[in-house]
Amino acid sequence: MTFAEIYRKAKAEREALESGGRIRILVGTASCGRAAGADAVLKAISSELERQSIEATITRVGCIGLCYAEPLVAITNPGRPGAFYGGVTPEIVPELIESHIVNDKPYADLALGTTGSGGITGIPRLFDMPMLKPQVRIALRNCGLIDPEDINHYIAGDGYGGLAKAFSMTPEEVIAKIKRSGLRGRGGAGFPTGLKWELCRKALGKTKYLICNADEGDPGAFMDRLLLESDPHTVLEGMLIGAYAIGANEGYIYIRIEYPLAIERLELALEQMTEYGLLGEDILGSGFSFDIKIKRGAGAFVCGEETALMASIEGKRGLPRPRPPFPAQAGLWGRPTNINNVETLANVPPILQRGAGWFAGYGTEKSKGTKTFALAGKIERTGLVEVPMGTTLQEIIYDIGGGIPGGKRFRAVQTGGPSGGCLPASLLDLPVDYESLTQAGSIMGSGGMVVMDEDTCMVDIARYFLSFTRSESCGKCVPCRLGTKQMLDILEDITGGKGKPGDVELLSDLARSIKVGSLCGLGQTAPNPVLTTLRYFRDEYEEHISEHRCRAAACKELITYSIIDEKCPGCGLCVRECPVDAITFKGKKKPVIIDETKCTRCGACYDICRLDAVKIE
Amino acid sequence: MDYNPIISCRNAIQLTLVPVTNKSREQLGKILSSYGADMGSLLPILEAVQRRFGYLPEEAMEEVARFLGIANSTVYSVATFYSHFRLAPIGKRIIRVCRGTACHVRGVAGILDELEKRLSIRPRETTADGEYTLETIACFGSCALAPVMVINDRVYGRLTTGKIGQILEGHRD
Ligand SMILES: Cc1cc2nc3c(=O)[nH]c(=O)nc-3n(C[C@H](O)[C@H](O)[C@H](O)COP(=O)(O)O)c2cc1C
Ligand code: FES
Repeated sequence: MTFAEIYRKAKAEREALESGGRIRILVGTASCGRAAGADAVLKAISSELERQSIEATITRVGCIGLCYAEPLVAITNPGRPGAFYGGVTPEIVPELIESHIVNDKPYADLALGTTGSGGITGIPRLFDMPMLKPQVRIALRNCGLIDPEDINHYIAGDGYGGLAKAFSMTPEEVIAKIKRSGLRGRGGAGFPTGLKWELCRKALGKTKYLICNADEGDPGAFMDRLLLESDPHTVLEGMLIGAYAIGANEGYIYIRIEYPLAIERLELALEQMTEYGLLGEDILGSGFSFDIKIKRGAGAFVCGEETALMASIEGKRGLPRPRPPFPAQAGLWGRPTNINNVETLANVPPILQRGAGWFAGYGTEKSKGTKTFALAGKIERTGLVEVPMGTTLQEIIYDIGGGIPGGKRFRAVQTGGPSGGCLPASLLDLPVDYESLTQAGSIMGSGGMVVMDEDTCMVDIARYFLSFTRSESCGKCVPCRLGTKQMLDILEDITGGKGKPGDVELLSDLARSIKVGSLCGLGQTAPNPVLTTLRYFRDEYEEHISEHRCRAAACKELITYSIIDEKCPGCGLCVRECPVDAITFKGKKKPVIIDETKCTRCGACYDICRLDAVKIE
Repeated sequence: MDYNPIISCRNAIQLTLVPVTNKSREQLGKILSSYGADMGSLLPILEAVQRRFGYLPEEAMEEVARFLGIANSTVYSVATFYSHFRLAPIGKRIIRVCRGTACHVRGVAGILDELEKRLSIRPRETTADGEYTLETIACFGSCALAPVMVINDRVYGRLTTGKIGQILEGHRD
């Protein structure tokens, strides 16, 4: 089959699916959906359909990014608008099917939004929901809407059209187009992608490599996982276009082993590409040949750094090395190599298809296009969103993310993972782009955004990140290996109530030396969480050191739990919850008593009490 | 990637006590024969060995070194660099707890405490009855459902300390 024939067939299949007389059901089955119970929901749907002898087409889609509402199910009756439902449980499935399918009455209780033409009264349109409306979805355009395990779904949405377009241009023209689009690396540093490709194209050598960096080492970030699980082909098409532009015939995807589902879907996608002649020799009759291999990481954060990553592919310990030489000059096995992040590559096919000007129409002067952000932590609507560069933190956290749950106050937002920093409420108006975030002392990073409320101690967060970077430091250079250990020791002292005057100054001194003295990005950025918390939350450090007080009541050594007698009706909930039997029941209507010597300050009683009768000081 | 030579040595000593049967030798041979004998195969081979045996037995690592024509110490240095690899056998069920940022902010420390208390082990240890091994992981990418833990392959999200007992019960047979 030629590509034109494949395309026509895929298109026809999709039209038949959409306008055919069958009921359609979509179930979100990315990792987050599965963790929330999507598999059980899927099973319940199948058996209920069978019981009622209803014929329907069930499609397992990826994740649309509304992770807070998982498991997600969408139902469309033929010729009617469809509805997306959130928080679906196996128990509710019969009722849902009875209502939406049998009685043609959307089940309003669980409905999030409608799709298709025409509306349903009382339910907003899906893309008018507060979480989706402000979004511009370029990289995520297919996520949660197509079957990631069926290449035809991708092709029917003009997939691999960007590649066809690239093949009609010279590699130099492709590079020029990417340059004009202003696309910059989404893996953290924001290096201009077109320029990177040009350097590799011009490098001498017949054998060149293209690597997709899917290591996603930042804890608290899941952009790349969700993309690969929901729409692997957009990333693979981006790889093909990049490889054509730089003249590489071999590609690698370096993906962390903690993402088994993403790996499985990539493997399947590669098989289907090969079947369609989109991989291998003479792709689509262009004369260009390319192959892609999957390499699994083995749990080392530093392997996200490009030189360490290449060492790891070569089968060695993942130790970084000084640059230059840059990978474009001497990379994998000493050959010119281009490394791009998953999301960077996912943006490439739409740029080829819709134009550099269209892409550059989004974003700010120096940061073009959109960026995905993984919203997590103390935020109402957790999930993955994509917004134009320059959107403010306020818009992302409050308008899209719905703000802080439980009426708590916002304390900070952490961007950029262990290399980034914590930004305070006073910076909520900050537009999110590479330059603004760097100026504020943090970094864009790959897009993790962890929101923290008043119960989060900023000194403890600094300690947390340092314990992470200390254990992930590869040990090759001294400033990082010993420096992170020293900083961690000081931070442990402070959070443990043993802080001394002068500790803060020592920390800033150390931080500066480690920043300038370290070999790779890991050490150079490891002090950022300390530096930003010192810059914006210095009073919290002082309180810990001089008053032995933790205002967030998070540092265990500095707090005690007690019962506010007037508020406690002696219901006994906390007595059952306490894992160390530190709470004694004194009879109904009598307040309970906490034994401070037994209490491990785990907070279980505080969490369970509905009357706020537990006091933390 | 924690450099603790004492722990590594202790694990290594423990290893020699595990008898290597003819059957497992055969299985190892099968794994090796499906890879090329070049350095690039080292990580995939170690991964396959661990998938088969649950950890990297010392004899297996020596065999891998012979197969690739490299020093035992090279295999050992790679195996101890990556946190995915284990040098000691694991229990029937492996509980991996996320120590990522989102989970930290959402109170995973309390979950880990609860598990440690119920199982009387610390991370990287196995219960005396060989039922459970406890580990921590940098992040599963299911941060939206924090705090998160995984037992064997099953992911549990939105955890509270109160749910732990029930989940462990559900895994007993
Ligand atoms: C310690 C460290 C960890 C990194 N982790 C990642 C990662 O997980 N994913 C990623 O794409 N880039 C990561 N990077 C950045 C890469 O080195 C590299 O810049 C990036 O993959 C280039 O792709 P881009 O130009 O498309 O952004 C990391 C860098 C450092 C210093
Ligand atoms: S932070 Fe725990 S799953 Fe990501």
